[in-house]
This record gives sequence, structure tokens and C-alpha cells, in this order.
Amino acid sequence: MLIRKAPDLRFSDITPKPLYLRRREFLQTAGGAALGAAAAAMAPPFAASANAQAKTAAHGAKLADVKKSPLSTTGEMLTSFDDITSYNNFYEYGYEKDDPKQNAWHLKPRPWTITVEGYAARKGTFGFDEFIKPFPLEERVYRMRCVEAWSMVIPWVGIPLKDVIASFQPTPQAKYVEFVTAFNPAQMPAQTTRILPWPYVEGLRMDEAMNPLAILAVGLYEETLPNQDGAPIRLVTPWKYGFKGGKSIVKIRLVDYQPKNTWQVMAPAEYGFYANVNPNVNHPRWRQDSERRIGEFFRRKTLMFNGYADQVASMYTGMDLKKNY
Amino acid sequence: MKPIVLLKRVIFAAALIPAGTLVVDAFRGKLTANPIDFITDTTGVWAIRLLITTLSITPLRRLTGWNPIIQLRRMLGLFAFFYATLHFLTWSVLDWFFDVRSMGEDVVKRPFITLGMATFLMLLSLAVTSTKASVRKLGKKWTQLHRLIYAASITALTHFWLVGKVTVTEVMYWAVVLTALLGFRVWWVVRHA
Ligand code: HEM
Repeated sequence: MLIRKAPDLRFSDITPKPLYLRRREFLQTAGGAALGAAAAAMAPPFAASANAQAKTAAHGAKLADVKKSPLSTTGEMLTSFDDITSYNNFYEYGYEKDDPKQNAWHLKPRPWTITVEGYAARKGTFGFDEFIKPFPLEERVYRMRCVEAWSMVIPWVGIPLKDVIASFQPTPQAKYVEFVTAFNPAQMPAQTTRILPWPYVEGLRMDEAMNPLAILAVGLYEETLPNQDGAPIRLVTPWKYGFKGGKSIVKIRLVDYQPKNTWQVMAPAEYGFYANVNPNVNHPRWRQDSERRIGEFFRRKTLMFNGYADQVASMYTGMDLKKNY
Repeated sequence: MKPIVLLKRVIFAAALIPAGTLVVDAFRGKLTANPIDFITDTTGVWAIRLLITTLSITPLRRLTGWNPIIQLRRMLGLFAFFYATLHFLTWSVLDWFFDVRSMGEDVVKRPFITLGMATFLMLLSLAVTSTKASVRKLGKKWTQLHRLIYAASITALTHFWLVGKVTVTEVMYWAVVLTALLGFRVWWVVRHA
């Protein structure tokens, strides 16, 4: 497997705040113009003041000792904290994009336990702090491509999944890893409805879980993960569509069968187990050959494996990706 | 002022509120992180709400016997078309920026886009023949042509249903209302046959 070494990330590589604010203003201007607002030229001052107010999304605690990772994606403008925390899918809180932000305050991310089960020598239930403590916190800037054809660039803070899995000492029967996420209707209000079968389940093949790019994220922008983004701990696999990243994980199971991930159960013709970002595999609703980066106006081309082919393509040689979508 | 005139003015003003809100929100930066998607959804939802409301006028007239209410029908229908047009323009200008090839591919390849386009073309043909002159000129044919609204409401709702990854509450709500409104017409025809 070829892993491209990226140079150490410096702060100057990260989009300065004024830059992404300006991109938002451009979009707001475009939106206004589309509706026939001749006064579009007036948008920037308005938008600027709106942005000042919008910066109220709840911030988490600052994380100490976060190492920059050479595996971070460079040369991309970061999506703003505000956009990352106000626009996403997290059906446990409702199916609208702003539902997670509206409703996630119900969740209490501490105390939290994570149970390890299945084909492993080291199993059991661990408190959150005990669970992550052995591993160094790394910042990983990754592209995130949603199956709905929008994308972001997110500075996650996480721990390498491969080190976590290795610490469980999996036995040879362990072929797949299943991630079971929280079921707690009192704190996740939409779990009282049946929009999805709960709890949300995701899975990876063992070699995918051991890929250096896969992480369990516990933060973003050097702060603890906001509830709406999957607090306290979630999966991030940047070469796959966003829905593979199960949020608020409570159980990790090492199994000998291919787990049935939730969206595959919901609509097997649309969502598969692998869900690798692939511009050549059509989806009945969304084009997968282009995407809109949040904050940009024009669509951009979607890259094979979301631009991480060098690091992941070798895991799929010989596989028909049109069948194994 | 006659009640119907007042009602017409109130509804006219009210029907502009969603578009006005979008403009104001655009300036306030409240169109979410993905403004194009948000405008698409908002205009689409208002198009279908107004379309189905248009279909409620005739049953209301028959049930209440208040004939002037019929004067709301054309206005509501044209507002449905207005939002459908904004929806179409959002898609073709903001989303695709006149990329005719990609749009053509989507119309052919994606069933929900095919249905949206079919609905839009039906509404367009109704809108251009909505003038008094057209009613006079087309005579009986006008009535036949304007029955297209039944097909358009069904294709529009199917389009809405196919857009969602899960069936959203509003689709179910409008499906019930539309079934009742179309059912009323069947019942009426059968009863008066
Ligand atoms: C001109 C042809 C049309 C095209 C190309 C089109 C395209 C679209 C697209 C791309 C979406 C958004 C999908 C997404 O968010 O992922 C959408 C949503 C929608 N459209 Fe259309 N559409 C068309 C006509 C119509 C018409 C005529 C109506 C109603 C009368 C309509 C009602 C809706 C509704 C209700 C939604 C869902 C909004 C939501 O998710 O909240 N569309 N359409």
C-alpha cells in the first residue's frame, strides 16, 4: 500500500477565517440576485453582520496536545466551524439538515461507555476517557463527501482506528468491524419515530478499518466534538460517503460476517456496504460525478475515492466497484 | 370592498411571503450552509403547496355554494407556477449554471427530475393559456387542457416523494389532501352522472 507523505501542516495552510467568510458573502449575494434582488451589491455588509451573529454555535472544550498529522489533506480551504456544525445529516435528531444543530443539545455525551465485543482478546466496556487515553490525539484534515453531492473539508481531531483495533488484539476470525451507535430516544428525539431502523449501524472490512486514514474522531477545530457532529466519538473514513461515519458510537464488534449497515438495509439498490466515493457509479437521485463544496458556487468534479486513491485503491483491486458500491 | 376582493388581496400578499422571506434571508445570510439546495427545496415545496391549494377551490365552491371563491383559482394556480419557475431557475442557473448537457442527462437519467420537468411543462402550458382570451379562444378545449392539473399534481407529488431519502411527513400530508381532493371530483362526477 502506498501512503503519500504530506508535509507537516502549518497554520498558514488552513484557511484564515476572513477568507471563508468572504466566500459565504459571495454565495449570499448570488442567492439574493437569483431572486431578482437588484440590490445584490448591498449584500456583503449585511452578510458580514449576519455572520458575526451566526458565530454563536456552541463551542466544545479546547483539546490539549493535538498533534498535526502528515496524513492530513493539504491545499484545501477549510469549511467554517459554523457550517460544519449547522448543516449535516444525523437522523437521530430529525431529517432536516438543521435538525442536528437544533436538537442535539438533548444528548449527554458524558459519562459515556464503549463496549468491545466479538473476536478479540481484549474485550469489555470502557469509559470514554479510558478508551481514548492510550492513543495520541491527531488533527486530520479530510475532505467529507456526502452521497447527496455536497462536500466539506473538516479538521477532525481523532485517534487512528488501526491502533484502536490492534489494541483489542483481534483473533483471526475477525473479518469485519461493526460499529453500533447510540440508541437513546430520551436524548435523541427522532428515535421515537421510525424514519430509520435504530440503532444506526455501520461496518468496515478489517483491512479498511486498519487503513491509516480511518480514524475515530473525538473533536474538530481542536475542540471536543459538538453533539450534532457525533459526540463523543464517531467514525471518519474520508474515501467513503459521509454516511459511513457512524456517530455517537457505543459498541464496536469484531465479527466474521459483513455487517448490514443501516442505509443498505433501508435502500439496498441505492446504498451498498462499501459506499466508496466513486464518480463512475450512478445513484438514482444524486449525480456522483460532481459535487458542491459548501461555501462555493460552482460544482467541482468528484474525485475517485474522494481524492484518496493513492492510499486506499489497492484495497479494492480486482473488485467490481459497480457491483460492490 | 366585497369579501372576495379582500380575500384575493390578502392571499396575493400572503403568497409573496415565501419569496420575500428568501430574499430577506439571502441578505441576512440565513440560507443555511448550502443556499442553492435550500432555495431549491423552499421554492419546490411552495410550488406544490400552492398547486394542491389550487385544486381545493372547486370542491370548496361546491361544498359551500359560495361561487365567488372561484376567482381565487387562477391566481393560486399562477402562484404555483411562479414558485415552480423559481425552482426551475434555481436548478438551471444556480445549480447547473446553464450546463445544458448535464441538465439533459439528469432529465433523462433521473426519474425524479424527469417527473419534475414533466410537471413544469404541464404547468407552463396551463399558465400560458390562463388568460381570458385563451379561455374564449379555446372554448371546450380549454377545459380539457386544464384537466392537466390533475396529472401535474400527481407527478409533482411523486417528484417530491422521490426526492427524499426517507418519506417526509409533508409528503404524506399532501398525499392525503390530494387523494381527498381528487376523490371528491370522482364522487361528484359519479353522483351527477
Ligand atoms: C423543472 C423541472 C424540475 C426540476 C429539474 C426539479 C428539480 C428538483 C431538485 C434538484 C430538487 C432537490 C433535490 C434535493 O434536494 O436533493 C427538487 C426538490 C423538490 N421539487 Fe422539484 N424540480 C422540478 C419541478 C418541480 C415542480 C413543478 C414542483 C412542484 C409543483 C417541484 C416540487 C419539488 C419539491 C416539493 C421538492 C422537495 C423539496 C424538499 O425536499 O423540501 N419540482 N426538485
